[in-house]
Amino acid sequence: MRYVRASSFEEAAGLLAELGEDARAIAGGQSLVPMMNLRLARPAVLVDLSGAGEPSFERGGGGVVIGALTRHCDLERSAVIAEECPILAEAARFIGNVRVRNRGTIGGSLAHADPAGELPCVAVALGASIRTVSPRGVRALPAGEFFQTYFTTALEPDEVVTHVEVPALPPHTGSSFQELARRVGDFAVSAVAAVITLAGDHCRDARLVACAVAQRPLELTAAEGVLRGAKPEDVLDEIESRAGAAVSPNGYKAAVTGVLARRAVVEAVDRARAR
Amino acid sequence: MSEEQLLRFELNGGEASAWVQPDTTLLEALRTHTGATEVKNGCGEGVCGTCTVLLDGELVSSCTVLALQADARSVTTVRSLLPAGDGALHPLQEAFLRHGAAQCGFCTAGMLLTACQLGESTPAPTREEIRHAIAGNLCRCTGYTKIVDAIEEYLAQ
Repeated sequence: MRYVRASSFEEAAGLLAELGEDARAIAGGQSLVPMMNLRLARPAVLVDLSGAGEPSFERGGGGVVIGALTRHCDLERSAVIAEECPILAEAARFIGNVRVRNRGTIGGSLAHADPAGELPCVAVALGASIRTVSPRGVRALPAGEFFQTYFTTALEPDEVVTHVEVPALPPHTGSSFQELARRVGDFAVSAVAAVITLAGDHCRDARLVACAVAQRPLELTAAEGVLRGAKPEDVLDEIESRAGAAVSPNGYKAAVTGVLARRAVVEAVDRARAR
Repeated sequence: MSEEQLLRFELNGGEASAWVQPDTTLLEALRTHTGATEVKNGCGEGVCGTCTVLLDGELVSSCTVLALQADARSVTTVRSLLPAGDGALHPLQEAFLRHGAAQCGFCTAGMLLTACQLGESTPAPTREEIRHAIAGNLCRCTGYTKIVDAIEEYLAQ
Protein backbone atom coordinates (compact mmCIF):
# COMPACT_ATOMS: atom_id res chain seq x y z
CA MET A 1 0.00 0.00 0.00
CA ARG A 2 1.11 3.53 -0.79
CA TYR A 3 0.08 6.93 0.51
CA VAL A 4 0.40 10.08 -1.58
CA ARG A 5 -0.53 13.63 -0.62
CA ALA A 6 -2.11 15.79 -3.32
CA SER A 7 -1.59 19.52 -3.02
CA SER A 8 -4.48 20.37 -5.37
CA PHE A 9 -7.62 18.68 -6.69
CA GLU A 10 -6.13 18.72 -10.20
CA GLU A 11 -3.06 16.90 -8.94
CA ALA A 12 -5.28 14.39 -7.12
CA ALA A 13 -7.25 13.68 -10.29
CA GLY A 14 -3.99 13.22 -12.20
CA LEU A 15 -2.73 10.78 -9.58
CA LEU A 16 -5.98 8.81 -9.62
CA ALA A 17 -5.79 8.61 -13.44
CA GLU A 18 -2.17 7.44 -13.31
CA LEU A 19 -2.63 4.96 -10.47
CA GLY A 20 -5.79 3.30 -11.75
CA GLU A 21 -8.85 1.90 -10.05
CA ASP A 22 -7.01 0.45 -7.05
CA ALA A 23 -6.29 3.99 -5.88
CA ARG A 24 -8.79 5.68 -3.60
CA ALA A 25 -9.17 9.31 -2.68
CA ILE A 26 -9.31 10.05 1.05
CA ALA A 27 -10.28 13.29 2.77
CA GLY A 28 -11.65 13.10 6.34
CA GLY A 29 -11.61 9.31 6.18
CA GLN A 30 -14.77 8.87 8.26
CA SER A 31 -16.21 6.29 5.86
CA LEU A 32 -13.10 4.90 4.18
CA VAL A 33 -10.98 4.28 7.29
CA PRO A 34 -13.73 2.32 9.11
CA MET A 35 -14.16 0.29 5.90
CA MET A 36 -10.39 -0.35 5.83
CA ASN A 37 -10.42 -1.30 9.53
CA LEU A 38 -13.21 -3.79 8.81
CA ARG A 39 -11.31 -5.07 5.72
CA LEU A 40 -14.23 -4.03 3.51
CA ALA A 41 -11.90 -1.77 1.52
CA ARG A 42 -8.27 -2.50 0.72
CA PRO A 43 -7.06 0.23 -1.60
CA ALA A 44 -3.57 -0.19 -3.07
CA VAL A 45 -2.91 3.53 -3.00
CA LEU A 46 -4.43 6.30 -0.90
CA VAL A 47 -4.48 9.75 -2.48
CA ASP A 48 -4.92 12.21 0.38
CA LEU A 49 -7.00 15.23 -0.64
CA SER A 50 -6.92 16.89 2.75
CA GLY A 51 -4.12 19.27 1.75
CA ALA A 52 -5.78 20.19 -1.57
CA GLY A 53 -7.87 23.02 -0.13
CA GLU A 54 -9.56 24.43 2.93
CA PRO A 55 -13.11 24.53 4.25
CA SER A 56 -14.73 27.42 2.39
CA PHE A 57 -18.02 29.22 1.77
CA GLU A 58 -18.24 31.69 -1.09
CA ARG A 59 -21.32 33.70 -1.92
CA GLY A 60 -21.81 33.93 -5.66
CA GLY A 61 -24.80 34.54 -7.94
CA GLY A 62 -27.06 34.67 -4.90
CA GLY A 63 -26.13 31.16 -3.88
CA VAL A 64 -23.26 29.62 -1.97
CA VAL A 65 -20.29 27.66 -3.27
CA ILE A 66 -19.01 25.28 -0.61
CA GLY A 67 -15.50 23.83 -0.82
CA ALA A 68 -15.41 20.03 -0.90
CA LEU A 69 -13.15 19.91 2.16
CA THR A 70 -15.68 21.78 4.29
CA ARG A 71 -16.36 19.60 7.30
CA HIS A 72 -19.74 18.83 8.83
CA CYS A 73 -18.78 20.90 11.90
CA ASP A 74 -17.99 23.84 9.60
CA LEU A 75 -21.51 23.56 8.12
CA GLU A 76 -22.95 23.54 11.65
CA ARG A 77 -21.11 26.74 12.62
CA SER A 78 -21.13 28.79 9.40
CA ALA A 79 -22.98 32.12 9.44
CA VAL A 80 -23.26 31.98 5.63
CA ILE A 81 -24.94 28.56 5.75
CA ALA A 82 -27.25 29.68 8.58
CA GLU A 83 -28.39 32.56 6.40
CA GLU A 84 -28.50 31.04 2.91
CA CYS A 85 -29.26 27.31 3.30
CA PRO A 86 -29.76 26.46 6.99
CA ILE A 87 -31.04 22.97 6.16
CA LEU A 88 -27.42 21.93 5.50
CA ALA A 89 -26.47 22.79 9.08
CA GLU A 90 -29.66 21.21 10.41
CA ALA A 91 -28.90 17.95 8.59
CA ALA A 92 -25.19 18.00 9.49
CA ARG A 93 -26.11 17.82 13.19
CA PHE A 94 -27.56 14.34 12.60
CA ILE A 95 -24.29 12.99 11.17
CA GLY A 96 -22.53 10.48 13.42
CA ASN A 97 -21.01 12.01 16.53
CA VAL A 98 -18.94 15.12 17.22
CA ARG A 99 -15.71 13.35 16.25
CA VAL A 100 -17.12 12.27 12.89
CA ARG A 101 -18.34 15.82 12.27
CA ASN A 102 -14.90 17.25 13.13
CA ARG A 103 -13.28 15.14 10.36
CA GLY A 104 -15.90 14.23 7.76
CA THR A 105 -16.24 16.48 4.70
CA ILE A 106 -19.15 17.41 2.44
CA GLY A 107 -17.22 16.30 -0.65
CA GLY A 108 -16.46 12.96 0.96
CA SER A 109 -20.06 12.42 2.04
CA LEU A 110 -21.35 13.12 -1.47
CA ALA A 111 -18.70 11.00 -3.21
CA HIS A 112 -19.29 8.11 -0.77
CA ALA A 113 -23.03 8.22 -1.57
CA ASP A 114 -24.25 6.22 1.38
CA PRO A 115 -27.99 5.80 0.76
CA ALA A 116 -28.56 6.82 4.40
CA GLY A 117 -26.34 9.91 4.03
CA GLU A 118 -27.92 13.16 5.13
CA LEU A 119 -25.93 15.48 2.86
CA PRO A 120 -26.69 13.68 -0.44
CA CYS A 121 -30.39 13.92 0.44
CA VAL A 122 -30.20 17.64 1.22
CA ALA A 123 -28.06 18.32 -1.87
CA VAL A 124 -30.84 16.85 -4.04
CA ALA A 125 -33.55 18.77 -2.15
CA LEU A 126 -31.64 22.06 -2.61
CA GLY A 127 -31.05 21.42 -6.32
CA ALA A 128 -27.31 21.71 -5.71
CA SER A 129 -24.68 21.18 -8.40
CA ILE A 130 -21.60 19.13 -7.71
CA ARG A 131 -18.45 20.51 -9.31
CA THR A 132 -15.69 18.10 -10.15
CA VAL A 133 -12.30 17.95 -11.80
CA SER A 134 -10.64 15.17 -13.78
CA PRO A 135 -7.80 15.08 -16.31
CA ARG A 136 -10.49 15.86 -18.94
CA GLY A 137 -11.39 19.13 -17.23
CA VAL A 138 -14.03 20.45 -14.88
CA ARG A 139 -17.76 19.81 -14.94
CA ALA A 140 -20.82 20.43 -12.80
CA LEU A 141 -23.44 17.74 -12.25
CA PRO A 142 -26.93 18.29 -10.82
CA ALA A 143 -27.17 16.43 -7.51
CA GLY A 144 -30.28 14.67 -8.84
CA GLU A 145 -28.14 12.99 -11.51
CA PHE A 146 -25.00 12.57 -9.43
CA PHE A 147 -26.33 9.82 -7.15
CA GLN A 148 -26.94 6.58 -9.02
CA THR A 149 -27.29 3.70 -6.59
CA TYR A 150 -25.79 2.33 -3.37
CA PHE A 151 -22.35 3.94 -2.89
CA THR A 152 -22.27 4.73 -6.62
CA THR A 153 -22.15 8.15 -8.23
CA ALA A 154 -21.58 9.60 -11.68
CA LEU A 155 -17.94 10.25 -10.72
CA GLU A 156 -15.35 8.61 -12.96
CA PRO A 157 -12.52 6.79 -11.12
CA ASP A 158 -10.15 9.71 -11.78
CA GLU A 159 -12.63 12.47 -10.96
CA VAL A 160 -12.86 14.28 -7.62
CA VAL A 161 -15.46 16.60 -6.11
CA THR A 162 -14.12 20.14 -5.70
CA HIS A 163 -17.17 22.22 -4.73
CA VAL A 164 -20.87 22.03 -4.01
CA GLU A 165 -22.86 24.86 -5.49
CA VAL A 166 -26.15 25.63 -3.75
CA PRO A 167 -28.43 27.95 -5.75
CA ALA A 168 -30.09 30.92 -4.09
CA LEU A 169 -33.43 30.04 -2.52
CA PRO A 170 -36.39 32.16 -3.73
CA PRO A 171 -38.06 34.56 -1.28
CA HIS A 172 -40.64 33.01 1.09
CA THR A 173 -38.81 29.69 1.08
CA GLY A 174 -38.48 27.57 4.21
CA SER A 175 -36.78 24.26 4.80
CA SER A 176 -36.72 21.48 7.35
CA PHE A 177 -34.83 18.24 7.91
CA GLN A 178 -36.46 15.50 9.96
CA GLU A 179 -34.75 12.24 10.86
CA LEU A 180 -35.48 9.17 12.94
CA ALA A 181 -32.57 6.97 14.07
CA ARG A 182 -32.67 4.17 16.61
CA ARG A 183 -29.87 5.80 18.61
CA VAL A 184 -28.41 9.31 18.53
CA GLY A 185 -25.74 9.36 15.83
CA ASP A 186 -26.75 6.04 14.30
CA PHE A 187 -27.72 5.62 10.66
CA ALA A 188 -31.19 6.96 9.91
CA VAL A 189 -34.19 4.65 9.71
CA SER A 190 -35.56 7.37 7.47
CA ALA A 191 -35.08 11.09 7.02
CA VAL A 192 -36.87 13.70 4.95
CA ALA A 193 -35.62 17.04 3.64
CA ALA A 194 -38.27 19.60 2.67
CA VAL A 195 -37.66 22.87 0.81
CA ILE A 196 -40.91 24.78 0.27
CA THR A 197 -41.64 28.12 -1.41
CA LEU A 198 -44.92 29.88 -0.64
CA ALA A 199 -46.99 32.37 -2.62
CA GLY A 200 -49.36 33.79 -0.04
CA ASP A 201 -51.15 30.89 1.64
CA HIS A 202 -50.36 28.48 -1.16
CA CYS A 203 -47.37 26.41 -2.02
CA ARG A 204 -45.61 27.62 -5.14
CA ASP A 205 -42.88 25.02 -5.21
CA ALA A 206 -41.90 22.04 -3.06
CA ARG A 207 -38.98 19.67 -2.89
CA LEU A 208 -39.32 16.58 -0.68
CA VAL A 209 -36.47 14.08 -0.62
CA ALA A 210 -36.02 11.06 1.66
CA CYS A 211 -32.89 9.10 2.53
CA ALA A 212 -32.20 5.64 3.97
CA VAL A 213 -35.28 4.29 2.19
CA ALA A 214 -33.93 3.49 -1.29
CA GLN A 215 -30.66 2.90 -3.11
CA ARG A 216 -30.19 6.65 -3.52
CA PRO A 217 -31.89 9.84 -2.28
CA LEU A 218 -35.57 9.29 -3.05
CA GLU A 219 -37.50 12.22 -4.52
CA LEU A 220 -41.03 12.08 -3.12
CA THR A 221 -42.56 13.38 -6.36
CA ALA A 222 -46.15 12.31 -5.67
CA ALA A 223 -46.19 14.18 -2.36
CA GLU A 224 -44.54 17.21 -4.01
CA GLY A 225 -47.27 17.17 -6.67
CA VAL A 226 -49.99 17.20 -4.01
CA LEU A 227 -48.33 20.14 -2.29
CA ARG A 228 -47.76 22.38 -5.34
CA GLY A 229 -50.61 24.84 -5.75
CA ALA A 230 -52.32 23.68 -2.54
CA LYS A 231 -52.70 25.21 0.89
CA PRO A 232 -50.25 23.01 2.84
CA GLU A 233 -52.59 22.69 5.85
CA ASP A 234 -55.27 21.12 3.64
CA VAL A 235 -53.13 18.32 2.24
CA LEU A 236 -51.04 17.08 5.18
CA ASP A 237 -52.82 13.69 5.39
CA GLU A 238 -52.34 13.14 1.69
CA ILE A 239 -48.67 14.14 1.85
CA GLU A 240 -48.16 11.61 4.62
CA SER A 241 -49.83 8.81 2.68
CA ARG A 242 -48.12 9.63 -0.65
CA ALA A 243 -44.69 9.91 0.98
CA GLY A 244 -45.23 6.59 2.75
CA ALA A 245 -46.49 4.90 -0.41
CA ALA A 246 -43.27 5.88 -2.21
CA VAL A 247 -41.35 3.77 0.30
CA SER A 248 -43.52 0.64 0.31
CA PRO A 249 -43.33 -2.34 0.61
CA ASN A 250 -41.37 -1.74 3.85
CA GLY A 251 -44.32 -0.95 6.11
CA TYR A 252 -42.36 0.43 9.04
CA LYS A 253 -40.13 2.69 6.95
CA ALA A 254 -43.18 3.76 4.96
CA ALA A 255 -45.04 4.80 8.11
CA VAL A 256 -42.00 6.63 9.50
CA THR A 257 -41.28 8.38 6.20
CA GLY A 258 -44.89 9.56 5.93
CA VAL A 259 -44.79 11.07 9.41
CA LEU A 260 -41.38 12.67 8.84
CA ALA A 261 -42.57 14.16 5.53
CA ARG A 262 -45.59 15.63 7.27
CA ARG A 263 -43.45 17.14 10.06
CA ALA A 264 -40.91 18.48 7.55
CA VAL A 265 -43.65 20.16 5.53
CA VAL A 266 -45.25 21.74 8.61
CA GLU A 267 -41.93 23.11 9.84
CA ALA A 268 -40.72 24.27 6.41
CA VAL A 269 -44.01 26.13 5.86
CA ASP A 270 -43.74 27.80 9.28
CA ARG A 271 -40.22 28.89 8.45
CA ALA A 272 -41.21 30.12 4.98
CA ARG A 273 -43.88 32.31 6.60
CA ALA A 274 -41.35 33.73 9.04
CA ARG A 275 -38.97 34.82 6.28
CA MET B 1 4.70 -4.02 -0.86
CA SER B 2 3.83 -1.40 1.65
CA GLU B 3 5.82 1.74 1.93
CA GLU B 4 6.58 2.91 5.45
CA GLN B 5 6.76 6.63 5.95
CA LEU B 6 8.10 8.68 8.82
CA LEU B 7 5.44 10.25 10.99
CA ARG B 8 6.40 13.13 13.27
CA PHE B 9 3.90 14.84 15.50
CA GLU B 10 3.51 16.63 18.79
CA LEU B 11 2.21 14.33 21.53
CA ASN B 12 0.97 15.97 24.73
CA GLY B 13 3.41 18.84 24.20
CA GLY B 14 6.44 16.65 23.45
CA GLU B 15 7.84 15.31 20.20
CA ALA B 16 6.91 11.89 18.86
CA SER B 17 7.84 10.01 15.72
CA ALA B 18 7.34 6.57 14.21
CA TRP B 19 7.73 4.74 10.93
CA VAL B 20 4.22 3.73 9.92
CA GLN B 21 2.39 2.03 7.06
CA PRO B 22 -0.07 4.05 4.95
CA ASP B 23 -2.98 2.17 6.52
CA THR B 24 -1.75 2.49 10.11
CA THR B 25 -4.33 4.39 12.10
CA LEU B 26 -3.41 7.13 14.53
CA LEU B 27 -4.75 4.83 17.27
CA GLU B 28 -2.30 2.08 16.33
CA ALA B 29 0.57 4.54 16.01
CA LEU B 30 -0.19 5.89 19.47
CA ARG B 31 -0.56 2.52 21.17
CA THR B 32 2.12 0.42 19.49
CA HIS B 33 4.69 2.96 18.32
CA THR B 34 4.66 5.61 21.04
CA GLY B 35 3.41 3.66 24.05
CA ALA B 36 0.35 5.85 24.54
CA THR B 37 -1.75 2.92 25.75
CA GLU B 38 -4.06 5.26 27.64
CA VAL B 39 -5.88 5.51 24.27
CA LYS B 40 -8.16 2.48 24.01
CA ASN B 41 -9.12 0.41 20.96
CA GLY B 42 -12.86 -0.16 20.86
CA CYS B 43 -15.01 -0.46 17.76
CA GLY B 44 -12.65 0.62 14.96
CA GLU B 45 -15.52 2.49 13.32
CA GLY B 46 -15.43 5.86 15.07
CA VAL B 47 -18.61 5.08 16.98
CA CYS B 48 -17.73 4.13 20.56
CA GLY B 49 -15.38 6.95 21.63
CA THR B 50 -12.83 4.89 23.58
CA CYS B 51 -10.02 6.05 21.24
CA THR B 52 -10.91 9.75 21.56
CA VAL B 53 -7.96 12.15 21.33
CA LEU B 54 -7.62 15.80 20.39
CA LEU B 55 -6.11 16.53 16.97
CA ASP B 56 -5.04 20.17 16.83
CA GLY B 57 -7.39 20.74 19.76
CA GLU B 58 -10.44 19.04 18.23
CA LEU B 59 -12.05 15.78 19.30
CA VAL B 60 -11.44 12.93 16.85
CA SER B 61 -11.62 9.15 16.89
CA SER B 62 -7.99 8.11 16.53
CA CYS B 63 -9.15 4.81 14.98
CA THR B 64 -10.53 6.63 11.92
CA VAL B 65 -7.61 9.02 11.40
CA LEU B 66 -4.73 7.70 9.32
CA ALA B 67 -1.52 8.13 11.27
CA LEU B 68 0.04 9.96 8.32
CA GLN B 69 -2.82 12.46 8.38
CA ALA B 70 -1.62 13.50 11.84
CA ASP B 71 1.86 14.32 10.50
CA ALA B 72 3.18 17.67 11.78
CA ARG B 73 0.04 18.11 13.87
CA SER B 74 -0.61 18.11 17.59
CA VAL B 75 -2.18 15.14 19.37
CA THR B 76 -3.46 15.32 22.93
CA THR B 77 -4.43 12.25 24.96
CA VAL B 78 -6.01 11.95 28.39
CA ARG B 79 -2.48 11.89 29.84
CA SER B 80 -2.40 15.67 29.29
CA LEU B 81 -4.75 16.01 32.28
CA LEU B 82 -1.84 14.98 34.50
CA PRO B 83 1.13 17.08 33.42
CA ALA B 84 2.88 16.76 36.79
CA GLY B 85 3.00 12.98 36.73
CA ASP B 86 3.19 12.98 40.53
CA GLY B 87 0.14 10.76 40.98
CA ALA B 88 -2.20 13.62 41.88
CA LEU B 89 -5.47 13.37 40.00
CA HIS B 90 -7.16 16.01 37.88
CA PRO B 91 -10.27 17.49 39.56
CA LEU B 92 -12.46 15.86 36.88
CA GLN B 93 -10.94 12.48 37.70
CA GLU B 94 -11.58 13.17 41.40
CA ALA B 95 -15.21 13.87 40.53
CA PHE B 96 -15.41 10.58 38.56
CA LEU B 97 -14.06 8.74 41.61
CA ARG B 98 -16.43 10.45 44.03
CA HIS B 99 -19.46 9.62 41.94
CA GLY B 100 -18.44 6.08 40.96
CA ALA B 101 -18.46 7.22 37.32
CA ALA B 102 -15.77 4.72 36.29
CA GLN B 103 -16.46 1.01 36.57
CA CYS B 104 -14.51 -1.05 34.05
CA GLY B 105 -12.77 2.15 33.01
CA PHE B 106 -12.60 1.44 29.30
CA CYS B 107 -14.66 4.47 28.26
CA THR B 108 -13.16 6.76 30.90
CA ALA B 109 -10.29 8.29 28.90
CA GLY B 110 -12.66 9.31 26.12
CA MET B 111 -15.26 10.55 28.57
CA LEU B 112 -12.71 12.73 30.39
CA LEU B 113 -11.39 14.35 27.20
CA THR B 114 -14.89 14.90 25.84
CA ALA B 115 -16.02 16.45 29.14
CA CYS B 116 -12.99 18.78 29.18
CA GLN B 117 -13.83 19.93 25.64
CA LEU B 118 -17.41 20.58 26.70
CA GLY B 119 -16.09 22.76 29.51
CA GLU B 120 -14.10 24.80 26.96
CA SER B 121 -17.16 25.54 24.81
CA THR B 122 -19.93 25.51 27.43
CA PRO B 123 -19.08 26.52 30.99
CA ALA B 124 -21.62 25.19 33.53
CA PRO B 125 -23.60 23.09 31.03
CA THR B 126 -27.05 21.69 31.77
CA ARG B 127 -27.50 17.93 32.24
CA GLU B 128 -29.11 17.84 28.81
CA GLU B 129 -26.06 19.55 27.28
CA ILE B 130 -23.78 17.08 29.05
CA ARG B 131 -25.76 14.10 27.77
CA HIS B 132 -25.68 15.55 24.26
CA ALA B 133 -21.91 16.15 24.48
CA ILE B 134 -21.14 12.55 25.52
CA ALA B 135 -23.66 11.01 23.09
CA GLY B 136 -20.75 9.69 21.01
CA ASN B 137 -18.99 8.02 23.96
CA LEU B 138 -20.50 4.67 24.86
CA CYS B 139 -20.42 3.26 28.40
CA ARG B 140 -21.79 -0.24 28.98
CA CYS B 141 -21.36 -0.18 32.78
CA THR B 142 -22.73 2.91 34.44
CA GLY B 143 -25.95 3.75 32.66
CA TYR B 144 -24.39 7.22 32.26
CA THR B 145 -26.12 8.82 35.26
CA LYS B 146 -23.01 8.79 37.44
CA ILE B 147 -20.88 10.08 34.57
CA VAL B 148 -23.28 12.97 34.02
CA ASP B 149 -23.27 13.63 37.79
CA ALA B 150 -19.46 13.78 37.86
CA ILE B 151 -19.17 16.04 34.81
CA GLU B 152 -21.92 18.30 36.08
CA GLU B 153 -20.21 18.72 39.44
CA TYR B 154 -16.79 19.39 37.91
CA LEU B 155 -18.00 21.88 35.31
CA ALA B 156 -20.20 23.70 37.82
CA GLN B 157 -17.09 24.65 39.81
